[in-house]
Amino acid sequence: MSAVTSPKRPAFARGTKPTHKARQRKSIVLTIVMAIFVIYSVVPLVWLIVNASKDQADLFSSFGLWFGKDFNLFQNIYETLTYRDGIFVQWFGNTLLYVVVGAGGATLLATIAGYGLAKYNFPGRRAVFAVVLGAVAIPGTALAVPTFLMFSQLGLTNTPWAVILPSLISPFGLYLIWTYATDAVPTEILEAARMDGASEFRTFFTISLRLLAPGIVTVLLFAVVATWNNYFLPLIMLSEPTWYPLTVGLSQWSAQATGVGAQPIFNLVITGALLTIVPIVIAFLILQRYWQSGLSAGSVKQ
Amino acid sequence: MFSTAPRRSVRRVALATATTLTLGFALAACSSGSSGSSDSGSEADIEAALEAGGTLTYWSWTPSGEAQVAAFEEAYPNVDVELVNAGTNTEEYTKLQNAITAGSGAPDVAQVEYYAIPQFALSDSLVDLSSYGFGDLEDQYSAGPWSSVAFDGKIYGLPQDSGPMAMFYNKTVFDQYGIAVPTTYDEYVAAAEQLHAANPNAYITAENGDAGFTTSMIWQAGGQPFTTDGTNITIDLQDEGSKTWADSWNRLVEGDLLSSTPSWSDEWYRGLGDGSIATLLTGAWMPGVLESSVPDGSGDWRVAPMPTYDGTPVTAENGGGGQVVLKQSENQALAAGFVKWLNSDPASISVFLESGGFPATTADLESPDFLAQTPEYFGGQAINEVLVDASKNVPTGWHYLPYQVYANSIVPDTVGQSYESNSDLNAGLQDWQDQLVEYGNQQGFTVNK
Repeated sequence: MSAVTSPKRPAFARGTKPTHKARQRKSIVLTIVMAIFVIYSVVPLVWLIVNASKDQADLFSSFGLWFGKDFNLFQNIYETLTYRDGIFVQWFGNTLLYVVVGAGGATLLATIAGYGLAKYNFPGRRAVFAVVLGAVAIPGTALAVPTFLMFSQLGLTNTPWAVILPSLISPFGLYLIWTYATDAVPTEILEAARMDGASEFRTFFTISLRLLAPGIVTVLLFAVVATWNNYFLPLIMLSEPTWYPLTVGLSQWSAQATGVGAQPIFNLVITGALLTIVPIVIAFLILQRYWQSGLSAGSVKQ
Repeated sequence: MFSTAPRRSVRRVALATATTLTLGFALAACSSGSSGSSDSGSEADIEAALEAGGTLTYWSWTPSGEAQVAAFEEAYPNVDVELVNAGTNTEEYTKLQNAITAGSGAPDVAQVEYYAIPQFALSDSLVDLSSYGFGDLEDQYSAGPWSSVAFDGKIYGLPQDSGPMAMFYNKTVFDQYGIAVPTTYDEYVAAAEQLHAANPNAYITAENGDAGFTTSMIWQAGGQPFTTDGTNITIDLQDEGSKTWADSWNRLVEGDLLSSTPSWSDEWYRGLGDGSIATLLTGAWMPGVLESSVPDGSGDWRVAPMPTYDGTPVTAENGGGGQVVLKQSENQALAAGFVKWLNSDPASISVFLESGGFPATTADLESPDFLAQTPEYFGGQAINEVLVDASKNVPTGWHYLPYQVYANSIVPDTVGQSYESNSDLNAGLQDWQDQLVEYGNQQGFTVNK
C-alpha cells in the first residue's frame, strides 16, 4: 500500500504546511463523489436497521426511512430466533458450518497449492497455471447445473456435502496466494532453511506460513464472504430446510408472503437479514487492513 | 399413451420448462426416465399399506400442513410422515423438477397448484391414482377443481382447496366516495374513474401483469386459449374470450387507473390496509390472508360476486391446488392413502378449514355451518354464501398448457409490458403467445401448426 502512495509524498513533505490550495481543489470533487458513494451504500443499511425495529403493522403504515410507532427490534429478534421452533438459529448454524469447513478448507487448499506452485519447479506448472487462470474466469453459477447432476448421481444432494465440497475450490484464492508467495517469500530464505536442514514441511509451517499471513487472511475473507453469501448452489442442491443456509432460508421466508395461504412475515425477513449481515460486518471491520494489503498484493514490483 | 418418440420429447419439454427457472436447459438434455414402479394397486392395497405403515416424505407449504400431518399420524400410528417445506409454489416446482430430472430426491407426496399439474402429469412423473379407486371420490369435489386433477382419463391427485373468484372490496372507501358496488365491468371502470378522481392516491385495484390473474380473467370471459391434444397444442390468446377481457380491462390499463404495486409485496399489503387499493378480484381463499395479514383492514372489507360482461353470473378459478403422488415414491399405495386421507377425511379437512382455507369438497362448501359463518373482519357478512355461489358459476373446459409454469414466468415480460406502458393488452397477449409458440415448438411440441 505504502509503495503506491509514496512517490507523491515528497512534494507535500517539503514545506511545513501542505500546499493548501492544491489540496482543496482536489478534495471538493472527491468529497462529493465520496459523499454520493457513502449515501448510496449507507442508505440501504439505514433502511434495514430502521425497519428491523418495526412490527409488521408498523411496516405497512409508517415511512420507510424513519422509525414507526413502537420500537420492536428486540421483539423482532426474539420472534426471528424462535419462529418455527428456531429454524433461523439452525440456518445460522448451517451457514457457520459451511463457512468454517468450506471457506476454511478453501483457504487451506489454496494456500498449500498456491505456495507449491509459486516456489517449486515441476513439469506441467504452466499447464496448471493456465487451468487456474481459466477457472478464475468461470462463474460458479455456470458450474452449478453440472455439479448438481453429478452430486445427485453420487447421492450427495440434500446433504451438507453438496454445499461444502464445491466451496472448497477457490481458483481465485489459489492465484492470489501464488502471486503473493512469489513476492512475499524470498527464495533465498527457503534456500537458507534447506541448507540448515529443515524439511520442506517445516519450512512451510514455520517460515512461509508466517510470511504469507496477510495473503492468507485476504483469501480467507474472500472465501468467507463468498460462502456466507452463497445462494444459488444451496438453492438447487438442498430441498430440506433443515440444511438451508441463511440466504436460502430468508428467501423462503420472503416467498411465504405470496399466493394461496400467504403468511407474510416481512418483519422477520428484515430482522433476519440484519442479523445475517452482523457477523460479516464484524469480520470485515476486524480484518479490513489485511483485505487492503491483499488486494494490492503483487501490484507493485519490489 | 403416446408412442415412444413424442413421449420422450414431451418429457423433455416439461423438464425444460421448470428448469429454465434456475437450471437452464442443461438438465433437459439429460432427462432420465423417472418412472420407477408401475401404476398398479387397488383400494385394498391402500388399507393394507396404511395398516402396515412406513415412512413418507411430503412437500408442502400450506399453513395447515403441520397440523394435518400430526392428525394423520395419530390416526395411523404406523405411518411416519416427514413434512418438508421445500419452498412456496414455483420454488417448490423447480426443486421437484430437479429431483425428477436427477432421478432421485423427489418426495412421495407433493402439494402442486392446479396450473402446474399438467406439466408434471405430461412428463410422466405422477402416479395415476385411478386404480386405487379414486374415481369414486369424484362426487365429493366441486367440478372445477376435480377437472384440474383428473384429465386425459387419469387421476393425478386430489383437490385440497379451490379459488372461485369474487370481488373483495373496501366498503369504507366505497362509502366515503359514494361509489356503488359494481356488478358489470362497465360499472367497475366507472368506479375506478370515480375513485381515482376523488382521491389520486387511491386505485380500484393493483395489477401489473400477474399470470394467474391474467389466465383467470380470460377464463371468466369465456376464453379457452390453450388446447392440448397429445403433443399438439393450439394457443390462441386472441380468441373471443381473451379479447373480451383485454378490451374491457384496457380501459383501466390505458386510462392509468390501476396501481402498479406488485402483488404480495409489503406495499401491496399496506395498500389493502389503508384503502389505497379498493378492490381485489381474486380467489375465495383470500379472506384467510386478509384476516391474518391485513389487520388494519378489519371491518372495511366485503365480498361481492365478480363483475360480469353481460349480467350473467360467471366467474373462474384462481389459485388453489392439490396433492399428487410422485412416481419416484417407493410406497405408492401408502402415499395414495395419505393423499386420500388428506383431502377427504373430515379430520383433515376440519384442520384445513380452521387455517382459513377454502375447501374443494362439496359437503363442506354446502354445510350450513360453513355458509352461516359471519366473520367480524367482513363486518358480519355471510361471505361464504357469496363465495360458494361463485364456485357454481365456473365455466368448464378450461385447460392450462403443459408448460404453464414457464408460461407464467414470462407474463411479466410480455403482458406486464402493456401495464408498464399503459398500452393495448392485446399486444401484450400477442407477444406472450408468440413466445409460447416458439418455446413450445423448440421443446418438441407441435404448436399452432
